[in-house]
Amino acid sequence: MSAVLDPHGHAHDHDDHHHTPTGLMRWITTTNHKDIGSMYLWFSFVMFMVGGAMAMVIRAELFQPGLQLVNPDFFNSMTTMHGLIMVFGAIMPAFVGFANWLIPIQIGAADMAFARMNNWSFWILPFAGSLLIMSFFMPGGAPGVGWTMYAPLTSQMGIGMDLTIFAVHLLGMSSIMGSINIVTTILNMRAPGMTLMKMPLFCWTWLITGYLLIASMPVLAGAVTMTLTDRHFGTSFFNAAGGGDPVLYQHIFWFFGHPEVYIIILPAFGVISQIIPAFSRKPLFGYASMVYATASIAILSFIVWAHHMYTTGMPVAGQLFFMFATTLIAVPTAAKIFNWLATMWRGSLSFETPMLFALGFLFLFTMGGFSGLVLSLAAVDIQLHDTYYVVAHFHYVMVAGALFTAFAGVYFWFPKWTGRMYDETLGKWHFWLSMIFFNITFFVQHFSGLAGMPRRIPDYPLMFETWNKISSIGSFGFGLSQLLFLYIILKALRSGEKAPALPWEGADSLEWTHLPTPAPYHSFETPPVIK
Amino acid sequence: MLNSRSFVACAFEQRAGQQRTKKEVMVFERVSMQRTSIIKLARIALMALAAFTLAGAAQALEWNLREPATKIGADIHTIHEYVMILIVVIFVGVFGVMFYSVFAHRKSKGAKAANFHENTTVEIIWTVIPLLLLIVIVWPATKLVIAQKDTTNSELTIKVTGHQWKWGYDYVKGEGEGISFVSQLKTPHAQIEGTESKGENYLLEVDNEMVVPIGKKVRILTTAADVIHSWWIPAFGAKQDAMPGFIRDTHFTANKLGVYRGQCVELCGKNHGFMPIVVRVVSAEDYTKWVASQKNPGAVSDAAGPAADASTVVAAAPAPAAASAAKTYTPAELKTMGEKIYTANCIGCHQATGKGMPPAFPALSGSKVVNGDKNVQIALVLNGKQGTAMAAFGKQLNDTELASVLTYTRNSWGNNAGVVQPADVAALRK
Amino acid sequence: MGQHVTAQGTPDYYIPQPKPWPIIGSVGLFCMALGAVCIFNETGPGWPLLSAGVMIILYMLFRWFGDVIAESEGNLYSKRVDLSFRWSMSWFIFSEVMFFAAFFGALFWARVISVPDLSNLTHNEYMWPGFTAAWPSAGPGFTEKFSPMGAWGLPALNTFLLLSSGVTITVAHWALKVEKRGLLNSFMFLTVLLGAIFLVCQVIEYGHGYSDLNLKLSTGVYGSTFYMLTGFHGFHVTLGAIMLSVILARCLKGHFKPDHHFAFEAVAWYWHFVDVVWLGLFIFVYWL
Ligand code: HEA
Ligand code: HEA
Ligand code: HEC
Ligand code: CUA
Ligand SMILES: [Cu+2]
Repeated sequence: MSAVLDPHGHAHDHDDHHHTPTGLMRWITTTNHKDIGSMYLWFSFVMFMVGGAMAMVIRAELFQPGLQLVNPDFFNSMTTMHGLIMVFGAIMPAFVGFANWLIPIQIGAADMAFARMNNWSFWILPFAGSLLIMSFFMPGGAPGVGWTMYAPLTSQMGIGMDLTIFAVHLLGMSSIMGSINIVTTILNMRAPGMTLMKMPLFCWTWLITGYLLIASMPVLAGAVTMTLTDRHFGTSFFNAAGGGDPVLYQHIFWFFGHPEVYIIILPAFGVISQIIPAFSRKPLFGYASMVYATASIAILSFIVWAHHMYTTGMPVAGQLFFMFATTLIAVPTAAKIFNWLATMWRGSLSFETPMLFALGFLFLFTMGGFSGLVLSLAAVDIQLHDTYYVVAHFHYVMVAGALFTAFAGVYFWFPKWTGRMYDETLGKWHFWLSMIFFNITFFVQHFSGLAGMPRRIPDYPLMFETWNKISSIGSFGFGLSQLLFLYIILKALRSGEKAPALPWEGADSLEWTHLPTPAPYHSFETPPVIK
Repeated sequence: MLNSRSFVACAFEQRAGQQRTKKEVMVFERVSMQRTSIIKLARIALMALAAFTLAGAAQALEWNLREPATKIGADIHTIHEYVMILIVVIFVGVFGVMFYSVFAHRKSKGAKAANFHENTTVEIIWTVIPLLLLIVIVWPATKLVIAQKDTTNSELTIKVTGHQWKWGYDYVKGEGEGISFVSQLKTPHAQIEGTESKGENYLLEVDNEMVVPIGKKVRILTTAADVIHSWWIPAFGAKQDAMPGFIRDTHFTANKLGVYRGQCVELCGKNHGFMPIVVRVVSAEDYTKWVASQKNPGAVSDAAGPAADASTVVAAAPAPAAASAAKTYTPAELKTMGEKIYTANCIGCHQATGKGMPPAFPALSGSKVVNGDKNVQIALVLNGKQGTAMAAFGKQLNDTELASVLTYTRNSWGNNAGVVQPADVAALRK
Repeated sequence: MGQHVTAQGTPDYYIPQPKPWPIIGSVGLFCMALGAVCIFNETGPGWPLLSAGVMIILYMLFRWFGDVIAESEGNLYSKRVDLSFRWSMSWFIFSEVMFFAAFFGALFWARVISVPDLSNLTHNEYMWPGFTAAWPSAGPGFTEKFSPMGAWGLPALNTFLLLSSGVTITVAHWALKVEKRGLLNSFMFLTVLLGAIFLVCQVIEYGHGYSDLNLKLSTGVYGSTFYMLTGFHGFHVTLGAIMLSVILARCLKGHFKPDHHFAFEAVAWYWHFVDVVWLGLFIFVYWL
């Protein structure tokens, strides 16, 4: 039990003559995975606020028909930046934050494999984020092209588009370095006896996500690079007159984009796989099959991309191939859902906030998965593509899927990270408010989508008014509920009760069993031995 | 119009077949009976919210796929319904299990955790069953995809060209061959800005409607002049992206008379939300009459008459300018007005710096056209340039606005080419 | 200390000290991005920003790698750290492969899908009358005349140069393992030289393209894919050559041991990767 040995270990930093920086410099130069994990999480939360504020502008403009608050160009910029910031600034860094905090202490490593590069992965992000935000202040404003940045509309944008392109490059670099680090850590830093098939599932999902990132981010970099040269150097990648093809952009983008959505959800699956057994006080039903299911999802995710492109005019064979491949993903996903249910079955369940969010995830993600299945049917997608039905689909999987899971994870590991408990009553309030307002916001979007409301429009025909009103009101409620989350965290940090050593009865991975609470700054400098 | 109470009831009734979760949400809420205070509050909030929003609703709710007017549209409906039923059944089954667990196996009720895990038989079963279900789901969809993609044997071919931000229609084969017109939003700006109350077909009305005969297979060729647009009529179940430089196709055979409305569904820049599509399906005879009226504008048409409609609208469009057109402005006035108009209309392509984004969008700074004969420039901006992104602004801007924006371009970024007065523009309007 | 130390005196896993290099690197990247944006849009202090960014990055790399080299020579890296480096270099190279895959994808798309599509019956009738597909093509809207780059002149020579450099670096590696330092140094030198000649040839080839063949970056999709693929490859050759030079300098200083020379191997892997990409280019861009 290294935890017991530790107290002497971490009193001094190694190499005292190098004295460890303090204050701001500590955070800027740190090589400690816990510091870096915390920075990722805070960065992600700030970006969530920024992206959320943009969503509020969108919803406020859509509160009633007609143009009230913003002009259409600005509206398009809002949609674009909301999507980009939420995906690249909020959700992805949140889960990289979890990875940083948890992977070393779940596999018994002293730190990440490349602690200094880890710092760089993080510190690229604020600069990339600034590039995105700066684009608002350029002539022509932030690009209004959608987060998918389809050519050739990108060629009509101003300087902001170039800033966005470089921001994507930087974000890609950060992700690639981050995932190489994670993959190497998992493959090479496990404590003796911690075989791959003994790792907590969170590590498994990140191992696989790491590969998805390494394989897909460079492709996105290629796509935006071609956009850049089409804009400025007269290349014709996406220009028919020169023999190129706008659809080529979409293929390259979605070759990245579809794995990207699983990059977002797989680590969330990992978190859920830690939480549900803990609150069911029962081991995960099928550990091995969960691993295989995750891997199958990852592999399949590379052959389904064109389901985002059914309306571009693919040949029949293409439509059918991508339809079949896409629907197949439901099978391993089903295996996961059933596994979680089987884990709960005849367990001894309790419903603290992390578990509530996990159940919320299970319920709502499945709904999002089902709407995904409807969309995957090419024949039906012809009708639903680029309508609010799609918006509803992906907010169910990304907000109720990934974001709820991030909340669940924060509540779950908060005591381990800080040694303090959050306020359980307020946590439950946060859950129920989020749950209710989320559904008010996004459930009705299925209806407006079915009825034919296009995406990315600042104004709409009158028949969509009611749904939009409901959705907007729900979204304000949802946004305000997130302020409660901030309050809960700050309150717990300042005056939370001291957490017991094992706050959750059923938690049994290494970080709970082999480390004191809160986890010491340096943990597992001597690897624990796992039987 | 319904009052909000009966309206809620009927909306919920209607949803029963399609909507899958209302019930589950309720059950889920009940899960935490001990937290009734939260739930109660939330319920009250929900009801207040519903009442508040529905009171403001101006129109009957559309909550499902639009009523189809083609066989393919109807098939989409059927498949969607069929899949929804399957999904609801799976959903109820799966979450039945979850909620049973949540109720029966809770620690507070003294449930003791079992310790079973790993069971290959179970896992094979829950892999195979979804697989079978998927086959059942995919089968009808496959047949429909094949039907959707079959554009052979059409009787009428219409080429649809997306422009920023209007649609061009060319009848290229079949009865009416040679007809060609541009169709754009007719809703007045005042309605959009809210200074005038919104009409029934707000944002879904155009100056020139596309007209097709009932019961004939129509092949739509889509293409675009600038960026990607997407042509969609929900009731037809036909949606096809319009790719600049490429021709793509789709088809429909309308089986009901009427006017069908849709919108551009691919983000295409600033006015993406403002480029509707309207198709009028008429009887074969009316179609023939319409074709005649189009070929020979002088002839009076007693058919649906969009052509007659359209010409009046076009003629009316520049009217607001009439009053002020006579007026002469000082260069400074024109320039300040012009800058605003430039920012609103031109900046996306020609940039604030006037440098454009060559090669796609030429610089206006130092441009020969801008610094040359003003009539050439007026004509260009009035009528646009075919085959490029440079749109015809004649219908979007009045004479004063055009004069001021032209003056602005002629006297900015180092250009120094004199003033354009509203009268100059008026003189060149056709 | 708290670090577990193995019998040989090397810590089990060395965790590096806080250093400012990452943040400096980020600032450098930021300046480079802003500088490039300014240059492309002809506003602001583009060149100063870009050069400042490049200088900052170079400084950062120099100092960071300096620390890494010092740590390595100071025996701080255990076998396990070495293994980490191996994993990470492999995955980094894999990510580079995927970057090139995007551009190869564009090339295949243009050759197999978009150009043939643009010349099919429908497009001839309604969009591009008279356009016929034949690779190389600069598309239906391109009116100037141009000639494609042949495969059997300079490009074939370049293939030969790169393949030979693959051989020389393997010889150097073998020499390092059997402690023949003289052979190591001369073959490393040869490798760098071959890389440099390759780059010179490529510059000549580009000049030929621009001035004699009227083949430009803006020559439709053929020009775009040609210059972007070979250009990014050339850029990687440049990086590889710089890395090789650093390794050469370290060899001359007497760094590396027969059983401990990961930096050498990493650069060799990278060089082989550049080589393989070239073969793909030679076949699909020049030859077929
Ligand atoms: C976290 C992100 C995430 C996840 C996990 C998913 C999951 C899925 N998505 Fe989604 N999707 C997005 C994010 C995500 N998606 C985004 C962001 C977009 C829009 C991008 C844009 O255009 O901006 C999008 C768009 C999108 C489209 C394109 C729509 C369009 O633009 O026209 C399609 C079409 O096929 C699709 C399908 C699917 C499918 C089949 C799944 C499947 O993985 C779902 C599988 C899950 C289940 C099916 C539920 C659980 C299963 C059971 C309980 C078992 C029993 C079930 C059966 C046998 C049916 N998605
Ligand atoms: C994981 C990613 C993620 C997340 C978390 C969200 C969160 C939200 N999103 Fe979405 N969204 C996307 C990813 C995401 N989104 C993507 C990829 C697109 C597509 C973009 C495109 O088309 O290109 C999109 C598009 C999109 C649209 C369609 C826009 C359009 O087509 O024009 C809408 C409209 O309702 C919307 C709404 C919301 C809302 C209300 C939230 C809420 O959940 C946000 C709640 C959070 C906050 C509000 C912040 C915290 C609170 C405060 C800062 C306090 C202040 C609050 C108030 C004043 C009330 N989003
Ligand atoms: C959607 C993009 C777009 C918008 C908006 C736009 N233009 Fe243009 N403009 C173009 C393109 C493309 C050309 C080049 C046409 C060609 O190939 O000759 C052009 C050409 C011109 C030219 C001729 C320049 C030259 O040197 O050939 C003038 C003058 C001009 N535009 C003025 C305007 C004005 C004034 C406005 C606003 C009221 C405007 N444009 C809005 C795209 C646009
Ligand atoms: Cu045209 Cu959107
Ligand atoms: Cu997808």
